[in-house]
Amino acid sequence: MANVFSSIGEWVTDRAPGLMPVYRKHMTEYYAPKNFNLWYYFGSLALLVLVNQIVTGIFLTMNYDPSATGAFDSVQYIMRDVEWGWLIRYMHTTGASLFFVVIYMHMFRGILYGSYKKPRELVWLLGMLIFLVLMAEAFMGYVLPWGNMSFWGAKVIVSLFGTIPVIGSTLVEWIMGDFLPADATLNRFFALHVIALPLVLLLLVVLHLAALHEVGSNNPDGVDIKHGAKGNRWDPTKPADGIPFHPYYTVKDLVGVGLFLAIAAFIIFFQPTFGGWFLEHDNSVAANNLVTPAQIKPVWYFTAFYAIVRMIPSALGTAVWGVLGMFGSIALLFALPWIDVGKVKSIRYRGTGYKVALTLFVLAFLGLVMIGTDFTDDLFPKLFGSDIDITAWDNAFGRVMTLIYFGFFVFLWLYTHLGWEKTKPVPERVTTHD
Amino acid sequence: MIKRYFSTMALAFGLLLGSTAALADEGPELPSAGTNIRDQASLQRGAHLFFNYCVGCHSLKYMRYERIADDLGLTQDDVMQNLNFTGAKFGDPAISHMPPEDAQKFFGKAPPDLSLEVSAKGADWVFAYLNSFYLDPKSPIGWNNTVLPNAAMPFPLWELQGEQVAVMKAAKPGDDPQIDKLTLAHPGRLTPEQYQQATRDLTNFLEYVSEPAALQRRHYGIWVVLFLLAFTFLAYLLKKEYWKDVH
Repeated sequence: MANVFSSIGEWVTDRAPGLMPVYRKHMTEYYAPKNFNLWYYFGSLALLVLVNQIVTGIFLTMNYDPSATGAFDSVQYIMRDVEWGWLIRYMHTTGASLFFVVIYMHMFRGILYGSYKKPRELVWLLGMLIFLVLMAEAFMGYVLPWGNMSFWGAKVIVSLFGTIPVIGSTLVEWIMGDFLPADATLNRFFALHVIALPLVLLLLVVLHLAALHEVGSNNPDGVDIKHGAKGNRWDPTKPADGIPFHPYYTVKDLVGVGLFLAIAAFIIFFQPTFGGWFLEHDNSVAANNLVTPAQIKPVWYFTAFYAIVRMIPSALGTAVWGVLGMFGSIALLFALPWIDVGKVKSIRYRGTGYKVALTLFVLAFLGLVMIGTDFTDDLFPKLFGSDIDITAWDNAFGRVMTLIYFGFFVFLWLYTHLGWEKTKPVPERVTTHD
Repeated sequence: MIKRYFSTMALAFGLLLGSTAALADEGPELPSAGTNIRDQASLQRGAHLFFNYCVGCHSLKYMRYERIADDLGLTQDDVMQNLNFTGAKFGDPAISHMPPEDAQKFFGKAPPDLSLEVSAKGADWVFAYLNSFYLDPKSPIGWNNTVLPNAAMPFPLWELQGEQVAVMKAAKPGDDPQIDKLTLAHPGRLTPEQYQQATRDLTNFLEYVSEPAALQRRHYGIWVVLFLLAFTFLAYLLKKEYWKDVH
């Protein structure tokens, strides 16, 4: 058997001598720092979820009917009459939410250890583009089941573009292809969701990885192993603190994959709606433009950004400021490498001001998620009594959270550009590993 | 190291369970329906109630008779003789005989399809709704409901529960009168306990109908999760073996 494999290998190598060097460059001779911790699982997990979404998506497409009259019924057809259809659909819906869990963790890891800083700005920018495309992909996918929340969610989100002065209302009609979300909207969202955006996503993921492998991975110490001590067991010219990605990190990532899949399987098999957070109750009612759900809100992973829209009041006769704020909150993340010019990468050796600011930033993000999901509508009366004015409390809390969110970037700019940060000395070599 | 993995695992599962438990209690407080879709006898009783009292107006357009037979442990004859009164084929979905136009005329609103009622409203809501009908002379159909005020639905289960009436709160003059509680004015064929159990069975059946796959997923789920945990443990051992020489 081994002989068969090696002769096939030789046959291929004869005809494509360039393949093995590519494999070595990205796997067996890609030297990754040996001190990756738990945060470093989320990159490979994001890739795993992407593959899951594509494979389950292909099977869903076989039975889904992208028409306003047939979409809702076809989802129930998948849930009831298609063999294992329920499993495929729950893998796709749970995968969508877990994709954002994983991506948010992955992005936070980048912020924790300064992975966006020189020389990895391009890796960060490509990653942010992936995040942006993923949001479009998730939004359009959410519309496809054509439940009532799909319909009203689509209406509200698309009408955000209507706040743009002059061209707004024309733009909204152009996006939807109708005056309301309708058959035309569903058709085009389906096309974008199953072919256009996945292609862009795959291309961006390849570029993200290629850009990463050019400069090498960062690590929890933020030590640049490529410019540190040389010579490891495999190669005297390669980083002393590096180990080959394959087999060391492939077997390590396998542990993360197993654990992640166990958690995902628990949700898929026992809590597929996740208490109405992954699959919303109002989406069990077919789309109906005459019946508005009690609360229209996006799925949890968009709510932080959606809350910013709601919290910024309209002024000068236009509501565009909230929409600008929402796009600005994402644009600032793109600009992070130029906002934060601190010399030290990892939070382990950064100044106290940075640690405090980052903690507040995370709390503000979670606070905005709570506002956006209307979680606070239940929470505030429990905490502060049932006779409070919930809207006023929501607005006050949400505006403070919005200010902290934006304040983080302003603080970071001042803190690093004006040299206020007092850092700890960064070690020469990585400090810990498994 | 292994301790850390296991504590992370425990933490992840704990967070998961905790967050779903915390989320479950959103919305107005309703008493728990106490349903259990693995109680096949309850599902059978619920199906019986549905096809005797509800299907006259409400369809289950996504639910086939054949699937009900398979999942509830009934034979084709059981279903075709005791549940299917519309002459539909065994493989057909349970569609009500009432034409929607007539329903619109009779009630002012077509009775909704109930295939996904529990997914949309929750089992507790349906259970509470079925227990909250009362006689209301002001309503055109003679009945009203405290869970869904001014519901267009007459109360088909009255011969089982009997007739409830509303007891009003002592209201100051000028305030809108508010209902304090419902009391049974004329008992029906069932005792209050029996009626609660009957509506629990009916809710249970509708919960099953909302997602028949729930029976399958719980059946397979435990083995999938156990397999993946065993896989994770083996992967961990493999990782440890490979990483022995990393210093």
